[in-house]
Amino acid sequence: MGSLFTYRDSCPSIKNILLLDSEGKRVAVRYYSDEWPTNSSKLAFEKYLFTKTLKTNARVEDIAVFESNIVVYKFVQDLHFYVTGGDNENELILCTVLQGLYDSISLILRNTIDKGEVLENLDLVLLCLDEIVDGGIILETDANLIVGKVASHILDVDAPLSEQTITQAWASARDHLARSLLK
Amino acid sequence: MAQPLVKKDDDRDDEADYSPFLGIEKGAVLQEARVFNDPQLDARRCSQVITKLLYLLNQGETFTKIEATEVFFAVTKLFQSRDIGLRRMVYLMIKELSPSADEVIIVTSSLMKDMNSKTDMYRANAIRVLCRITDGTLLTQIERYLKQAIVDKNPVVASAALVSGIHLLQTNPEIVKRWSNEVQEAVQSRAALVQFHALALLHQIRQNDRLAVSKLVTSLTKGTVRSPLAQCLLIRYTSQVIRESAGNTQTGDRPFYDYLEGCLRHKAEMVIFEAARAITELNGVTNRELTPAITVLQLFLSSSKPVLRFAAVRTLNKVAMTHPMAVTNCNIDMESLISDQNRSIATLAITTLLKTGNESSVDHLMKQITNFMSDIADEFKIVVVEAIRSLCLKFPLKYRALMNFLSNILREEGGFEYKKAIVDSIVILIRDIPDAKESGLLHLCEFIEDCEFTYLSTQILHFLGIEGPKTSDPSKYIRYIYNRVHLENATVRASAVSTLAKFGAMVDSLKPRIFVLLRRCLFDSDDEVRDRATLYLNTLGGDGSVVETDKDVKEFLFGSLDVPLVNLETSLKHYEPSEEPFDINSVPREIKSQPLAEKKAPGKKPTGLAAPPSGPVSTVDAYEKLLSSIPEFASFGKLFKSSAPVELTEAETEYAVNVVKHIFDSHIVFQYNCTNTIPEQLLENVTVIVDAAEAEEFSEVASKPLRSLPYDTPGQTFVAFEKPGGVPAVGKFSNILRFIVKEVDPSTGEAEEDGVEDEYQLEDLEVVAADYVLKVPVSNFRNAWESMGPDCERVDEYGLGPRENLAEAVNAVINLLGLQPCEGTEVVPSNSRSHACLLSGVYIGNVKVLVRLSFGIDSSKEVAMKLAVRSEDETVSDAIHEIVASG
Repeated sequence: MGSLFTYRDSCPSIKNILLLDSEGKRVAVRYYSDEWPTNSSKLAFEKYLFTKTLKTNARVEDIAVFESNIVVYKFVQDLHFYVTGGDNENELILCTVLQGLYDSISLILRNTIDKGEVLENLDLVLLCLDEIVDGGIILETDANLIVGKVASHILDVDAPLSEQTITQAWASARDHLARSLLK
Repeated sequence: MAQPLVKKDDDRDDEADYSPFLGIEKGAVLQEARVFNDPQLDARRCSQVITKLLYLLNQGETFTKIEATEVFFAVTKLFQSRDIGLRRMVYLMIKELSPSADEVIIVTSSLMKDMNSKTDMYRANAIRVLCRITDGTLLTQIERYLKQAIVDKNPVVASAALVSGIHLLQTNPEIVKRWSNEVQEAVQSRAALVQFHALALLHQIRQNDRLAVSKLVTSLTKGTVRSPLAQCLLIRYTSQVIRESAGNTQTGDRPFYDYLEGCLRHKAEMVIFEAARAITELNGVTNRELTPAITVLQLFLSSSKPVLRFAAVRTLNKVAMTHPMAVTNCNIDMESLISDQNRSIATLAITTLLKTGNESSVDHLMKQITNFMSDIADEFKIVVVEAIRSLCLKFPLKYRALMNFLSNILREEGGFEYKKAIVDSIVILIRDIPDAKESGLLHLCEFIEDCEFTYLSTQILHFLGIEGPKTSDPSKYIRYIYNRVHLENATVRASAVSTLAKFGAMVDSLKPRIFVLLRRCLFDSDDEVRDRATLYLNTLGGDGSVVETDKDVKEFLFGSLDVPLVNLETSLKHYEPSEEPFDINSVPREIKSQPLAEKKAPGKKPTGLAAPPSGPVSTVDAYEKLLSSIPEFASFGKLFKSSAPVELTEAETEYAVNVVKHIFDSHIVFQYNCTNTIPEQLLENVTVIVDAAEAEEFSEVASKPLRSLPYDTPGQTFVAFEKPGGVPAVGKFSNILRFIVKEVDPSTGEAEEDGVEDEYQLEDLEVVAADYVLKVPVSNFRNAWESMGPDCERVDEYGLGPRENLAEAVNAVINLLGLQPCEGTEVVPSNSRSHACLLSGVYIGNVKVLVRLSFGIDSSKEVAMKLAVRSEDETVSDAIHEIVASG
């Protein structure tokens, strides 16, 4: 997979997506690059990133360069969202991925985003990550479409996704969610 | 019992730190995974267990091979369930486990069934999973489905197949390349992301086919591109096409530039930025092309989004390196970024301003930076210090403000790397700007009064020892140095003793006082300090009599060591203590390895504090040492100049040879640095046969063969020529490498007895006029020019013929003359119609030369040049004109 990141003319690529808590511990992480081959190198990167960005107040998406990688990040409640790309990557593309990630998770969690909620719904959050980036390639960045795919199993099984409008899909997803929560 | 993992209600406020995975443990979860085998599957429970397994893996937990296999087989049972949510989790889990080939077979049929299911969500995901875990043989079986999926009407399915194609192209390119018809069709898809993925895959399939890429770009830039991401891709491919077609279209407008410029008006910021960046990175971009891109980037600078500001300032920072003038319009916006919350943005803004700033804005800028420095991290500060150093070299007249700034930040808190960067900068400024010397040395003195870093203290003391005695009032440094003897650790004390001794040796009037101080050091608690003091007192004649120190003693104590340190070290290791003292003359002088071959950038000074005796010697000193150690060349006098190495062989040939031209007053020595890159060969008696048929004024006087050239160990052979003294004789030399080659047995490394004589043709070598000119900067060109006076001035005008632009003409003349550009005048603002360039240097015979060049270019690109030369000798001024006239 390393070759994906070598040439400049290639497709935009994501090296990792990290979701850490307010102490820098992992909530959910996805690595797409073999730049960090071992778990300890991954943890070291996360720790470095966390301590370096800790002092910033990233209510809106912020950005930094770490070890010749570009990282865009956003902090909400006790959650820290990070998206990493190569040194040459278009910063705004990385930012779009970060926004897609944040928006889809906030849709799924009905705007109450914190570590507890994410862990409670870890299955859905992992599916979100799976629908945003596949092996470093951006799959989808529109939060409504991402959530539509993730929550499809609460939708009508037999109706293919393409035949529902997104608003419909989302409305029915929300209904299903609400019902399952009230149970 | 496992905690319930359902979408719980909001009633958990009372348990603030509640986590559904509290106390989770791998063994227990693996036990729980047995529910996968239940005949009556509980889909929700199974989903929970998979989530727990995924949580463990996410936290960095690993499964043993057996555990992974067991989980994998259990998970495959779950294909029986028709629950969509569970199926999604199964897909995730299989991808995460990355099963082995024989395990893949177990799930293949289930996944292939899903690939052909009616549910699009199944199809899309099954494709992604199967492609992730599959190998080449299986791929041919499913290829037909994948090709259909690429053109599927459901965008999710099509994207899944296309993205999988991008991944598979790395491992099975020959298969994926067969899909190009389908991919081509998908590029026309109306679904935004499908077009993006198809475009990415199609480009990767065809990336080695320039014509195809060019066609693709031509058709798409005219057609519709549906998503910003696809638009960004197209911009990247377009710049690739522009880059590769460069050279074919010298005249007229750049192809596709209009497309890039059009993208600057796109509604998505991502596209605007991609296009702006692409324009700034165009080869030889003109000001007219650059302007619209700079304008949008300037707008981004005042955006409320940090990411946008960062992207813009980072790009402008790069532009400022090559087109500083183009960025000056943004200076006001840039200045407001100095106080940006995001320190990366602030640092980039500062360094951009330092690059684009002109002489008059320096003071203003320094004021702003001072406020900024206190609240950024050391790593950023180092970047700023380096930028200030280059600014100071660019505007030597401003050294006072910049030197003050450096000394102020030197007094503030900071780590070693940061302090070292500042000290290095001050040292470089002292070396390059004579006016800055005294104040710079005093700043350094004050710094060592309170310096916690032993390394920096000793380096500064050493530097003081070299520069201090040459100043107008050396006595004022003594106090700072002697304070070290009282207050510091043994290493610094020893170093201070040496520095004191240097002052004593160089400045006779200080000698008696220095001896008093040195005598006090005889009672130091440290051996090294006492030893040094004793040595200096005895050798410098510290018996009270004021005598001039013998030149030999000075040379012995403070001169540079004339043997390579490595050789000395080996010799000392081999020396066995005996009656016979160690003889330094027994140390071999030939340099084994080749530290001289480093590429010497034009005009680049050895940076930092690595000054002669202790550290590695500067290149010129090293060459001088090397040449004077060869008896044949000892009579040639002082080395005037050594050129940068010129390669005489192509890269990766059997023998790599480069040559350094050493110019003496009436001799020239070619130093051929040879490397043998064949492990099976040993070369002996290596010489270069030089034919000077096209260099009439030169006659060969000596050559020094290289006895042996083993594999991968560089060696040197020399050839010396005599030439008329003080005259810039030029000529062309052809070279043949001649040697005896011996076969080497690679296993034992032993060479055969008998060798064969052989020859190897090298490229020709030229001696040009610029070889006789040394690049020596002057700090204040105008002062130097005025003080030189018009006595030996020679002025003439030249037509340089049609040139591409002014910058090219200026560079050509600078390279021809081989002089040092001053005050940053070698940079030509693009599209300017006239330019003045200041050069300085020393001509052979140690004659100072100053040159003023005025260039003008007319509409037909004809360049005219006025050349004014001042020097201390009118024949030299004429000679400089001669160089231009004949070049």
